[in-house]
Amino acid sequence: MALLEVRGLTKAFGSLVALGGVDLTIGENEFHGLIGPNGSGKSTLMRCVAGAELPSAGIVRFVGRDITAAAPAKRARAGLALKFQITSVFPALTVYDNVLLALQAGSSTTSLLLSRTREALRERVMHLLERFHLAQRCADRAAVLSHGQQQWLEIAMALACTPRLLLLDEPTAGMSLEERRITGELLTPMKNECSLLIVEHDLDFIRNFCDFLTVLDQGEVIDSGTVSQIQNSREVREVYHICV
Amino acid sequence: MVAAPSIGARSPCGYQRRVIPLLEIALFVTFAAAPIVLQDYITVFVTRALIIALLALSFDLVWGYSGIMSFGQALFFGAAGYGVALLARDLQITSAFIVLPAALVIGLISSLAIGAFLLLGRQPPTTIFVALGTLAGSYVAERLARDWYYLGGENGIPSIPPMTAGGYEFVEGQGYYYLAFTVLSIVYFVCRFVVRSQFGLALAGVREQEARIAFLGYEAQHMKLVMFSFAGAIAGLAGGLYAFHEGFVWPNMLGTVLSTQIVLYALLGGVGTLIGPVIGVMAVEIAGFSLADSWPKSWPIVLGLLLLLTVLFSPTGLIGMVASERERLGDFGRPALRARHADAEPDDGAT
Repeated sequence: MALLEVRGLTKAFGSLVALGGVDLTIGENEFHGLIGPNGSGKSTLMRCVAGAELPSAGIVRFVGRDITAAAPAKRARAGLALKFQITSVFPALTVYDNVLLALQAGSSTTSLLLSRTREALRERVMHLLERFHLAQRCADRAAVLSHGQQQWLEIAMALACTPRLLLLDEPTAGMSLEERRITGELLTPMKNECSLLIVEHDLDFIRNFCDFLTVLDQGEVIDSGTVSQIQNSREVREVYHICV
Repeated sequence: MVAAPSIGARSPCGYQRRVIPLLEIALFVTFAAAPIVLQDYITVFVTRALIIALLALSFDLVWGYSGIMSFGQALFFGAAGYGVALLARDLQITSAFIVLPAALVIGLISSLAIGAFLLLGRQPPTTIFVALGTLAGSYVAERLARDWYYLGGENGIPSIPPMTAGGYEFVEGQGYYYLAFTVLSIVYFVCRFVVRSQFGLALAGVREQEARIAFLGYEAQHMKLVMFSFAGAIAGLAGGLYAFHEGFVWPNMLGTVLSTQIVLYALLGGVGTLIGPVIGVMAVEIAGFSLADSWPKSWPIVLGLLLLLTVLFSPTGLIGMVASERERLGDFGRPALRARHADAEPDDGAT
């Protein structure tokens, strides 16, 4: 059974059709890249899968369950995590508290009121911060982190929710070359933990660790397959005049 | 990668200068000792201010901690006031062990009903929608009370007998002062526990980025409703205390004027900290009390100007002038970080 199954997904904003019947399937522990020019509907597709937008038509199934109309919180609890295109950490909270906030999300209200897991989660928070090179900044406000560090923090927060599918919308946008390299190193080991759907403009970056690619243009799927299949796809070359 | 070592270098959260706990202790000691040195009529005045501080605290919980702009806290205050007044008038129930819990429950139920209507929906409600909804609720309740004969109409319900506990009667003065002070202290520490808990961290997340936090799995609207009801219960408790202290209830207790007054008190003191609204209420009440004799007609203008200047030049209120932003916002992981710091202590010592 596929982890994520999207069938005929359509999203229209007034007369503008951002997605026109998109199909997409992602399996367990699969790294799936979503590429296409600006305005091709990549982020809209991500947002429809995560619940930030409700599709006009079509079905989104996650682990066999229809989540097309489910609220974002319900999807998150089912195992879907999203890193937004625009960095959206909690700037006034400390780096530590940002990760704690994500880690404790599954706790009950009573447990949160009594702070039952604050101590128990300490090691997991620090482990995640160390993994994302943020342990030394744990007591700083998230607002004072560099752009790249904020992106890492947001990925760490998404991972803290122990997702089965992590949606990353342009995780390296605005990063330096060095930061991109580190981000690649951070993402690669995640294959053992979850599946990944990643939107990225940097094609060199994405083809290094994605198993499959889906190419979108004007809200429609142009081609889908392994990286080598897409590299040899005539349609993709003709439409984009690019070498993937 | 830019890295500025902080916690490991034993700086930020462990050794930060903290002002708020000192203010809390100073105010607690001052309030505890006040009736010993104050004249009786001033004790009565401060008792009233302590009860109003409870109401301001309830507003702070909804706006300062949960991001819900409520212009209707007086509705829960007044509803509980009327409720206990009816218990005393019609059923002759004046026991503190019944009327205070009853006031709390009336505040809780009324705020739960209004909160569920305003806060729960497919889309999160806007701040303006909730502000106008609570304002309208407060206005309607006041008009209803004015026109309802059973509730005494314009005159309200007079001659409420004193609250009792066993054979003791709480009348204006030291007895009632310490009752109000005890209730305020208990409520304050319960609120302190809540806002510093992991639930408080989740609330901070809701306050900062409500749209974002749902993607972590939080039900932001449900959390807001929990806080709105909790604050409503506190407002109700304040209303019950106020009704028995004054000996009568009247429609203004439910209305928009008191609701707005509470917003101003809290903003002046500084929302987002628990001590801020208490300071705000005391500052305005004491200033009003002192100025009313000297400038009976113009003191509200002076007071209005002071409020305006504070909101303009210190949006974080009086508390923002003495406590850092970091201290006001708090560090929810501090206990854990301190423990980590303690673990690292021997190594640090060795170096």
